[in-house]
Amino acid sequence: GGGAPGMEYVMGIKGKDFAMACVSATAVQQIITMKHDEDKVMRVDDHRMLVTSGEPGDRVQFGEFVCANVRLRNMRHGVKTSTKAVASYARQELAKALRQGPYQSNLLVMGYDEGKGPSMYYLDYLATMHEMNVAGYGYGSWFVLSMYDNLWHPDLTQDEALGLMQKGIDEVRRRLSVAPSSYMITVVDKDGIRHLKTLEYGS
Amino acid sequence: MARYDRALTTFSPDGHLFQVEYAMEAVRKGNLAVAVRGADVVVIGVEKKSVAKLQDARTVRKIIMIDSHVCLAFAGLTADARVLINKARVEAQSHRLNLEDPVTVEYISRHIAKIQQKYTQSGGVRPFGVATLIAGFDHSGEEPKLYQTDPSGTFSEWKANATGKNSKAVREFLEKKYKDDLAEDAAIELTIRALMEAVESGSKNMDIAVMRRETGLTLLRNDHVDRVVKKIEEEKEEEEKARKSSFAKR
Repeated sequence: GGGAPGMEYVMGIKGKDFAMACVSATAVQQIITMKHDEDKVMRVDDHRMLVTSGEPGDRVQFGEFVCANVRLRNMRHGVKTSTKAVASYARQELAKALRQGPYQSNLLVMGYDEGKGPSMYYLDYLATMHEMNVAGYGYGSWFVLSMYDNLWHPDLTQDEALGLMQKGIDEVRRRLSVAPSSYMITVVDKDGIRHLKTLEYGS
Repeated sequence: MARYDRALTTFSPDGHLFQVEYAMEAVRKGNLAVAVRGADVVVIGVEKKSVAKLQDARTVRKIIMIDSHVCLAFAGLTADARVLINKARVEAQSHRLNLEDPVTVEYISRHIAKIQQKYTQSGGVRPFGVATLIAGFDHSGEEPKLYQTDPSGTFSEWKANATGKNSKAVREFLEKKYKDDLAEDAAIELTIRALMEAVESGSKNMDIAVMRRETGLTLLRNDHVDRVVKKIEEEKEEEEKARKSSFAKR
């Protein structure tokens, strides 16, 4: 197993016309923080991203494997595979591997589809898949999911969501003894994928 | 001679592999494809065969993307090209996954050529009846690249080339008119001029595409192509008039 998977923090929010992710940016081995600027968002194409967490090797390998196969499909058929299809494909690969050599990785598949709008899919290493408005992984999410359940509404703007992400980080740092020290916030909307903020705290 | 052209793996007494040469003949019968390397673009032009009335013209694509930074045009058997293109596309993504780098144009050309060669030295198969023009940009380095492969499995780099029907005449035209470091518009014009040497002019009969580093492959719109064709035709008329009047003076 990879260190302590619960120590990572991932929260995803789907808004009116965007989907936003806040992810801890620390890469930890045992008791050492190897990196403070690990970007755990992988771009599948201009309007779809994977937000991966879990076992460090599996997280990257699985994410890149999904990206490579989706890009191949896009080339072959001259299409941009939809967010739902990307999530379904990722889920199937997780399911195939589950009873052989499971990928110990959880991920959010977030994207913006023309005509349909934003969507976010929660996947976990057991090949669970749900489309959700608010989702997350790690111990931190135990505190923040219920907070967002109270504060979320369907017409959320990007500024409001950014405010929610900050509230979530503040809560985690206040109450979780092993809260990560740095976070990256990324958004996907009709204009593509953009990194919004990196937040680093002293400890 | 008849005894030496059946099985691919047999050389003829004078050192020929007839099946490979027959495959090249199939290429020579295919629709013309031209490519011109400019300073920072590669322009590709293909002869557009007229489609049947009930056929959807958009489904006949002859300039095809392998990856976002490499594309391919071909002359010869379309179905054979489809197989090569599919293999190249898989290799392009596989390379990205394993080496974390997009393929170089040379790498993917070598890969396609290797496949074509394999089919000239295996039992029970025939060579691909396809010659390809592969254009694109490497991840590092500035200039655009252009390569050609053929049914024998050889590949080489080119500044400008043509393959298919009348390719010899078109290549000779390019040898005369090509200049290094052409700007995009000049490269487009040269490509269209070269096509017009062998193909009826007008956007109905040719597809032109430009490969650029930032934006990848862009197909030129019909009105753009027609504009350039018109300009070329007018210039040709002027040259013709000037020639005639210079004779008259004598």
